[in-house]
Amino acid sequence: MTPTISNCFEVSGEDFSRAGEASGKIKTILKQLGYDKDAIRRVAIAMYEAEINMVIHAGGGKAMVDIHPDRVDIVMADQGPGIPDVEKAMEEGFTTAPDRIRDLGFGAGMGLPNIKKYADSLSIETQVNVGTTLYITVRATQQYI
Amino acid sequence: MQIKDVIRILDAEIISGGDLDQEIQSACGSDMMSDALAFVKESSMLLTGLINPQVVRTSEMLDVHCIVFVRGKIPGTDTIALAQERNIVLLSTRHRMFTACGLLYEGGLRGGAE
Repeated sequence: MTPTISNCFEVSGEDFSRAGEASGKIKTILKQLGYDKDAIRRVAIAMYEAEINMVIHAGGGKAMVDIHPDRVDIVMADQGPGIPDVEKAMEEGFTTAPDRIRDLGFGAGMGLPNIKKYADSLSIETQVNVGTTLYITVRATQQYI
Repeated sequence: MQIKDVIRILDAEIISGGDLDQEIQSACGSDMMSDALAFVKESSMLLTGLINPQVVRTSEMLDVHCIVFVRGKIPGTDTIALAQERNIVLLSTRHRMFTACGLLYEGGLRGGAE
């Protein structure tokens, strides 16, 4: 049985230009493993959107990624402001991002919808003034050995 | 369409090179990165007016081979360095977004939306 490969990253909220580094590393690892191509793409996009969100709204956080033969489990945990209205946050176009983030091409209110679109499952735990944790799973069509 | 064809059609300047024989099958014009993340297909090219490093990171996630900066925009050294690390070709054209997309469409390239 192929063992689970676990990765953990601290996502810094200090430097927006570095947002996405963790997602890039996971993508590289999956490619090196010869992982299912479609799954790699979906993991990269879902995780990247989540990472960007952490930096925009929560000042960073922690990304934990478990690579199994048949799926990738991603936990993105922050201690930011929390999401007051998850249903609203899932609407395309809804955003609380500041102007300086929009100027960079983000904060258009597509983050959570995109994660949901690319993930096989998305679960959100959030509490105002405590933080938010996203549980994301992407399944591989073909298992890797 | 190959990247070298794009250079000819858009009269584009090469900001950061690479394999210009790479095939481009579709393109997306966007200044909103989440829209690009929602719609861009593989073997794509991104046309954009944004020149910050996140454009390269977004393209990396999407397996975009080539980024065209429109309106004569030239990115800074940090964006260029990131693109070089990731083997993403950077071009710049004086054409506006609408014109650049139109010329490529006329040349046979299509969008990546479903």
